[in-house]
Amino acid sequence: MYLLQSSGIIASQEASLIIQATLLMLIVVVPVFVLLFFFAYYYRAGNHKARYSPNWEHAKMDELIWWAIPLEIILVLGALTWGSTHALDPRKPLPSTVPALQVEVVALPWKWLFLYPSLGVASLNTLEIPANIPVEFHITADAPMNSFWVPQLGGQIYAMTGMDNRLNLMADKPGDYPGYSANYSGAGFAGMHFVVHAVAQKDFEAWVAATASTSPVLDQATYSALRAPSTEQERTYAYRIDLYHAILKQFGH
Amino acid sequence: MSLFGLLTPQAFIHGPIETGAQIIVIVAVLVTVLAITYLGRWRWLWQQWLTSLDPKRIGIMYILLSFVMFGRGFVDALMMKSQQALAVGAPGYISPDHFAQLFTAHGVIMIFFAAMAFMFGIINLVLPLQLGSKDVAFPLLNSISFWLTATGALLLNLSLVVGQFAATGWLAYPPLSELAYSPGVGVDYYIWALQIAGIGTLLSGINFLTTIATMRGHLRLMQMPMFTWTTLGSMLLVIFAFPILTVTLALLALDRTLGFHFFTTDLGGNAMMYVNLIWAWGHPEVYILVLPAFGIFSEVVATFSQKKLFGYTSMVVATMLIVVLSFMVWVHHFFTMGAGADVNAFFGIMTMAIAIPTGVKVFNWLFTMFRGRIIFATPMLWFIGFLTTFTIGGMTGVLMSIPAADFQLHNSLFLVAHFHNMIIGGVVFGFFAGFTYWFPKFTGIMLNERWGKAAFWAWIVGFLMAFMPLYALGLMGVTRRLDHIDVASGLYTQPWAHWLFDIAAAGAAVIALAVLFQIIQIIVSIWNKHKHHVGENPWRSQGPEWQEPAEPLHERSARGVAIGAVAALFGFGLIWHIWWLAALALIGILLSLITLPKPEYAD
Repeated sequence: MYLLQSSGIIASQEASLIIQATLLMLIVVVPVFVLLFFFAYYYRAGNHKARYSPNWEHAKMDELIWWAIPLEIILVLGALTWGSTHALDPRKPLPSTVPALQVEVVALPWKWLFLYPSLGVASLNTLEIPANIPVEFHITADAPMNSFWVPQLGGQIYAMTGMDNRLNLMADKPGDYPGYSANYSGAGFAGMHFVVHAVAQKDFEAWVAATASTSPVLDQATYSALRAPSTEQERTYAYRIDLYHAILKQFGH
Repeated sequence: MSLFGLLTPQAFIHGPIETGAQIIVIVAVLVTVLAITYLGRWRWLWQQWLTSLDPKRIGIMYILLSFVMFGRGFVDALMMKSQQALAVGAPGYISPDHFAQLFTAHGVIMIFFAAMAFMFGIINLVLPLQLGSKDVAFPLLNSISFWLTATGALLLNLSLVVGQFAATGWLAYPPLSELAYSPGVGVDYYIWALQIAGIGTLLSGINFLTTIATMRGHLRLMQMPMFTWTTLGSMLLVIFAFPILTVTLALLALDRTLGFHFFTTDLGGNAMMYVNLIWAWGHPEVYILVLPAFGIFSEVVATFSQKKLFGYTSMVVATMLIVVLSFMVWVHHFFTMGAGADVNAFFGIMTMAIAIPTGVKVFNWLFTMFRGRIIFATPMLWFIGFLTTFTIGGMTGVLMSIPAADFQLHNSLFLVAHFHNMIIGGVVFGFFAGFTYWFPKFTGIMLNERWGKAAFWAWIVGFLMAFMPLYALGLMGVTRRLDHIDVASGLYTQPWAHWLFDIAAAGAAVIALAVLFQIIQIIVSIWNKHKHHVGENPWRSQGPEWQEPAEPLHERSARGVAIGAVAALFGFGLIWHIWWLAALALIGILLSLITLPKPEYAD
């Protein structure tokens, strides 16, 4: 189960949040089940030993108790929510001694384009990142609304035209982690998955160097061809223009 | 521009599977028409039913409409489940575009035409009697509301025969639903089917709220039965929420039809506005459906525990709190849109706050059972099934109201499992309970208990099989709305993934068996009506609706059918850009509203 086998510092905090909240709620849910099945069994019409009080319809103290129990659970959960929402805000930079790698993500009809603005390389449907180094994703779309999601690294955020969304993630060990679009975006949606290769820093640097020297150049013409609906294989590019902001700006925001 | 707008012979030509659906629709309509003609029942049908203003007859027509639409939505579900079981690492048998139409139609049909119609059916039958009134405040408006709902359903099904339906998901998020990405008429069918049905719903909301406010005689508010209270809450929500839907869809229609830019990607359009607006209606909509179901369960648990309902005042307060809170939580449907942490946390906490009044309701129901003499008739079984599944669904719902948890669970099959938990376990089981419970009141016949219990057990087993695996699949990272699962996606290779899809599909088959049992139950009960005859109050219920006989009312008017028919032409004209037809139909609607007649009386 990808959500619980997390390999990123955000995903593991989200996984423990899910488990913690579930356990908290079981404090109410388990008694509800016990009471439901016990009452259903014990107060069945055939059991004449059970006490029968047909007019017992009101008890202030009891009712106060079951207004109070869910209220308290929700107070605790509410505090947990306030804290975790701020701690795990996707915009919040991850604590680290090294600066975050900047990756720009563009959702296209039915593929993902990844741009590394400071490195001059780009890739389609495959994402190379160094493990143990935070990555700051800038996310937009040149397509219907999609959602950028790598379950083993952390939660998703929408990719929308004209919007510059932000997501901070970090892989805490090397490995291959599948990524998806989580929001339906048309007929090719089921094919909109990619693989994140988290590798050691020196392997990442080697990948950048090889990509920059051997890959075809992503220019405006190549990009225009990518805007047409299609599903594509993984590939890499070298590029020199500020494509991301050109894509953002074409929608007039 | 041609006389028939965008409509060409091509619109009737579909792929092989869609052609099958097309033929089934045409044959079903022909067989129905021929059967009525052969039996010589047209006059009877017209005078006694189609033009009747008796809320009991309108209620029964709503329920029949709901059953037909439930059948259609359920076939969509069976096709999706079988496709997903077959298409793990393979393409399956349904094309991606057709699959998208299936999940869009399934959602739209089940919410608007199966659940809403069932709800208004039960309200029409029961509410006036609970108030000690024979009729609703505006009988003709009630008929018009029904026919507008039926017209919406008609347009939606017409898309099977001519053209296609939206392939966007049930809320038709732009920009996917804009012309740039959905150039066909599918989204226009969606817009006009919902616009017309939505107006009907809004009018119903006004009608029933007025009925409760003005036609309850000496009954004081705090003496009203719980079903009446929850209907009051639900109708308040209808009145506040449905205008938002109407405006949202109107803006989308302006974009698509007249080239406006409210939600397009260009010229300052903003799709996020649509998502906010549609959920400002969409979240209250869930409570519009579930509140009356809560009311039904309150009646059922008291009757079958042979006790008074525990904590009546708490129940009323909890209901009205839910009404207020349900308008303050809509952002939880899109925490992943990128709002700041303060906004997300606020809406998360408001959402979990709804668990407080809901939790109180659960405890009050439990303590109604406490020291009771519980009879396990079918409605009580539906109640226990409800409390079991609804508690699980409530827990997963609160879990997803925590934004940072939702980032991982949103848009996955975990979400799909959650809302089916709430809608099937809460709403559908509630309406089944109400249907079984009140059936003898209106027919004098008890529904066969053996088949009813068989149906219940098949439903609950089928439901758990169909939806519990989806929680696990969601935790595996499987998103919703996948027409197939690529091997390369990594989802296929996780242990159990394949089996979980198979179990879910088998669960849908078990639910199909349950539905078959329900059909047999109704046929057997009516067929052997002497054996099942029990009179009007077989459960010995204390509710006011059981104390007086339900007398038929004879007022009738053809105006409802007429307005529905003209509204269908209006919608059809707008969908296919046949402007003269839409304009004539609009004039027709206005004329028929200006010249509303006094009702006639049936022979």
